[in-house]
Amino acid sequence: MFYRENGQFKTSYKSDQQIFPIPQDRWAIVAIVALAFFAVPMMVDEYLFRAILIPFLILSLAALGVNILVGYCGQITLGAGAFMAVGAYAAYNFLIRVSGMPALGAILLGGLTAAAVGIVFGIPSLRVRGLYLAVATLAAQFFWDWAFLRVKWFTNDASSGSVSVADISVFGWTIDSPSDKYLFCLGILVIFSLMAKNMVRGSIGRQWMAIRDMDVAATVIGIRPMYAKLTAFAVSSFYVGVAGALWGFVHLGSWEPAAFSIDRSFQLLFMVIIGGMGAIAGSFFGAAFIVILPIFLNQLLPVIGGWFGLEVSIALVSHVEIMIFGALIAFFLIVEPHGIARLWSTGREKLRLWPFPH
Amino acid sequence: MSFFLETLIGGLMSGMLYSLVALGFVLIYKASGVFNFAQGAMVLFAALSMARFSEWIPQWLGMDNLFMANVLAFAVSVAVMFIVAWLIERLVLRHLVNQEGATLLMATLGIAYFLDGVGQTIFGSDIYKIDVGMPKEPVMMLENVFEGGILINKEDFVAAFISAMLVLALTIFFQKTATGRALRAVADDHQAAQSIGIPLNRIWVIVWCVAGITALVAGVIWGSKLGAQFSLSTVALRALPVVILGGLTSVPGAIIGGLIIGVGEKLSEVYLGPYVGGGIEIWFAYMLALMFLLFRPQGLFGEKIIDRV
Repeated sequence: MFYRENGQFKTSYKSDQQIFPIPQDRWAIVAIVALAFFAVPMMVDEYLFRAILIPFLILSLAALGVNILVGYCGQITLGAGAFMAVGAYAAYNFLIRVSGMPALGAILLGGLTAAAVGIVFGIPSLRVRGLYLAVATLAAQFFWDWAFLRVKWFTNDASSGSVSVADISVFGWTIDSPSDKYLFCLGILVIFSLMAKNMVRGSIGRQWMAIRDMDVAATVIGIRPMYAKLTAFAVSSFYVGVAGALWGFVHLGSWEPAAFSIDRSFQLLFMVIIGGMGAIAGSFFGAAFIVILPIFLNQLLPVIGGWFGLEVSIALVSHVEIMIFGALIAFFLIVEPHGIARLWSTGREKLRLWPFPH
Repeated sequence: MSFFLETLIGGLMSGMLYSLVALGFVLIYKASGVFNFAQGAMVLFAALSMARFSEWIPQWLGMDNLFMANVLAFAVSVAVMFIVAWLIERLVLRHLVNQEGATLLMATLGIAYFLDGVGQTIFGSDIYKIDVGMPKEPVMMLENVFEGGILINKEDFVAAFISAMLVLALTIFFQKTATGRALRAVADDHQAAQSIGIPLNRIWVIVWCVAGITALVAGVIWGSKLGAQFSLSTVALRALPVVILGGLTSVPGAIIGGLIIGVGEKLSEVYLGPYVGGGIEIWFAYMLALMFLLFRPQGLFGEKIIDRV
């Protein structure tokens, strides 16, 4: 009733091709972003920032990167955690080794380094496909896990690869309170999402999607597979690397290689698949689901145990937590294999017709 | 020379153990096109079940015979793995027929988390001993050929022998029995197999049961070496390069891939490791597999991937 586009006529190509052609969508997005920038910092407390909002923003950014590679270009990767690590440690090295390096510059350079590394580890994708490639990307994961633990140069001779960064400042704005960190991450996320949205609906995004749908056919119509695949790897790794640098600099402050272990890679892939492959919004849904679910279970289980008069130990909670987490993931894939983004678009279709059935 | 041989044989032995886990991957992939990430969790689950039941059964029955306890525990664990296999097929895979590979992969990752959680909730999360009477003491061999001879772990020998037997049994099962033929038919073409009256769902349950048994054997062997503990589930990650090196669809590939990776790992760790700081085993295996893949994208013995447009 309220969400209907009839009567809205496009009179120019420009208005037909904008990011959100339907004004309701446009206003909804503007409202959400405004809410996130202005209302949220005033309403929520410190715990919520630290435990949920900041991880959600940074992991959304990483999921966005993984989605570009997996969802748009169809190259499954299980090594995303490694590229987060590369981003974080490269940014750290730029920050401490180059005097006068601004933090934002270090973060972006970290992302660029991750992009370069991504191109190198993307080369096998020119030969190897599908599940073979997925396993091959694990090589990146294990190699970098090892490198940051054993090669002392990367971590400035820190023992066991643990490094720390003081509070950063960007253009004179010192980011130390949780709400500052939140706003900083949110700003970066908004800019990067806009970039991603524009990339995937532009020429390069169409090339990626053609490669994803069938790479031989794409080659026949004149798309260079090498260029398309390697740019996907580069852009994706750049996003993931920036997210890794933010994770280290802003969220953790001090970290060690275990922060970017293989579990992180699985987590990112979960986000993309549960959120929806090949949908920008899916990355946000997936990140929200994966960030909130464990916290929710963690809080809920002792309460449920209390109802039945059971004393629930911490170890048991963690075991039951991963059990329910796994079961929910399988359940979710069965109910909606195309992810939350598909549910969202089905809902929107329904909304358009509402209150009529057809 | 004798040191080199020792490393080489050690590598071959651990390679056999990797192939044991890799076999589970290959069986399921061949028959259902599912890349089963839960294989490691199944190994852990089976090992925990074996360890705990061999501890509990003597208590329940009040007997004091290690051999009988182990046999009973093994039988119970086989039953447990069958139930797990049946539940996985019934509750998850049946609903995901015809989904993309990535979705199925994620579903098995979900199963892996679930099994890890359930296993540790039921059986506890300490390190448990599995004592099936494997000989522990090392033996000297070929003393008259080399000076000093070479030192070999008897346990490794037994493990390698059991693995070889299992592979032989599986090969016979696949090649000579009616069920084995049906399994191969399903692996070749789901629809064609269905149209000549092979029940897909039952075949999948059987495959998962067989994979469950290989997981149990792998779990018992690895468990008696390392103890039944959570880190067993990472054994699967060590076995992955074996699978892609040998080819996802080939049983002999799993064996030969395992041997190559085992030897490569050990030799690289001993001869290359000291120069770069050690601990390179795990990523070296992946790099080795990747090198092979660059020349043969479908693995050494995998079916040739043919693209049609």
